[in-house]
Amino acid sequence: MNWYGIRAIYKFEMARTWRTLMQSIASPVLSTSLYFIVFGAAIGSRMGEIDGVSYGAFIIPGLIMLSLLSESISNASFGIFFPKFSGTIYEVLSAPVSPFEIVAGYVGAAATKSIVLGVLILVTARFFVDYEILHPFWMLGFLVLTAVTFSMFGFIIGVWADDFQKLQIIPLMVITPLTFLGGAFYSINMLPELWQKITLFNPVVYLISGFRWSFYGVADVNVGISLGMTLLFLLLCMATVWWIFRTGYRIKT
Amino acid sequence: MEPIISVRGLGKTYAGGFTALKNVDLEIRRGEIFALLGPNGAGKTTLISIVCGIVNPTAGRVSASGFDIQRDYRMARSEIGLVPQELATDSFESVWATVNFSRGLFGKAPDPAYIEKLLRQLSLWEKKDSRIMSLSGGMKRRVMIAKALSHEPSILFLDEPTAGVDVELRQDMWDMVRGLRESGVTIILTTHYIEEAEEMADRVGVINRGELVLVEDKHTLMQKMGEKELSLHLPEPLQTVPEILADLPLTLSADGSQLVYRFDIKSSDTGIAELLRRLNDANIDFRDLHTRESSLEEIFVGLVKGARQEQQAQLTKETQE
Repeated sequence: MNWYGIRAIYKFEMARTWRTLMQSIASPVLSTSLYFIVFGAAIGSRMGEIDGVSYGAFIIPGLIMLSLLSESISNASFGIFFPKFSGTIYEVLSAPVSPFEIVAGYVGAAATKSIVLGVLILVTARFFVDYEILHPFWMLGFLVLTAVTFSMFGFIIGVWADDFQKLQIIPLMVITPLTFLGGAFYSINMLPELWQKITLFNPVVYLISGFRWSFYGVADVNVGISLGMTLLFLLLCMATVWWIFRTGYRIKT
Repeated sequence: MEPIISVRGLGKTYAGGFTALKNVDLEIRRGEIFALLGPNGAGKTTLISIVCGIVNPTAGRVSASGFDIQRDYRMARSEIGLVPQELATDSFESVWATVNFSRGLFGKAPDPAYIEKLLRQLSLWEKKDSRIMSLSGGMKRRVMIAKALSHEPSILFLDEPTAGVDVELRQDMWDMVRGLRESGVTIILTTHYIEEAEEMADRVGVINRGELVLVEDKHTLMQKMGEKELSLHLPEPLQTVPEILADLPLTLSADGSQLVYRFDIKSSDTGIAELLRRLNDANIDFRDLHTRESSLEEIFVGLVKGARQEQQAQLTKETQE
């Protein structure tokens, strides 16, 4: 195992975060604060409780997921896309590092950033609303699992993208709508019956539901199913990454 | 002695159907400077990229320091440093950070003292904290060399090391490459500057259209392939080549003041004695004479042209059939 290699990639990626502190940490925290002000304090005060949880507190898990998904994807996809774009990828390809080590470095760094960000948002939320965490262990588990899974998904997008537009298109056109429609701001029980069924095809529903369960013990879908779906998506991403390195898809000719 | 790099039956056909390499066999000797010479698109970079693990071969085997580049890729790649042709650097990183990154990537424990020595050698020490984007092109190239040497490889690939580098820097580069060879590093460089190969290399391989046309010791190559020219400076210009010399491979310079005789140094009888005898008979005097060896460039152009003509002849034959 080339530990120095993993560490080099990890450190390099983390250094990029510190260089772009405003963009990678400050801006998601700011935008989440705005959500809390608008939906939590202003609109939320006029809303009733959902499943016995005040609206302001209810949206916290969804908001964290919203940032976690988009930041994991954008960090990890940019991390691998940029060396491809600038040509510096040659060095990683010619180095004695295995695909596993490359992924561990890039995905590990992207996931770390997302987890830090998730915790920061959680702390920020404290300034706006009161909340409790019923199952802190599970909360952390879902946080880490989601960060790793979607960083890996981002890595795949970064490999697939051959221009900046493709890099943006999946987060913008797929992930953001799915998150908004995945119950970040409402319980899916509030939807008409037909939409309740349709929405179950949205994988983000399971992430948000499971995460919210770890806070308040209430969930739209069974927490076991949530966990299962998240793990399934992780496995899908791992299989895709394995295929990428086996075939050299878009990174080797 | 066992070769440090051994290439067997290497072939590469890209997805688009373009064949970049055809059945290449090559052995690089430990400690030599080997120049891979060829026109643009000949397959030089593809060959290097395969050995370094950036491009997957379609056929054949390669080993570096005895390690198969696919089966024992970790061992093989630890031995190799690569300086690609394109200037690709992490613009926002500092020189110090990027060189240390490379060392780590290649699985070596940090060694600040070695990196310092390396940066001093490459005259980059003063710039160690500068962002790479603020450096000149020549410095960026040296940063890439420092990165390639950061893990103390025994083999160094330089892909077109002096492309776009000014004359003064080119000389520095050559000195540096010689210095590396002194320290025991085997160097493989690609170039389409013949003078570079002529100046630097111990051995030269000529590659054209994906085929290794020849591999030869530089001096042997120049000797073997070389034509020599004998120029005779005449005290009185001539209008035409005299009748008595007409059957010899002689040409007259434009102003008629020089007779140029071409001969092959390989042949046992160069015909010089005969030429001088006949000049004497014809009463043609000369003030001075000198001989000149053809340069590697002329050899190279001859080879590449020869191959092309052969191919064309083959094509014409095929279309006629």
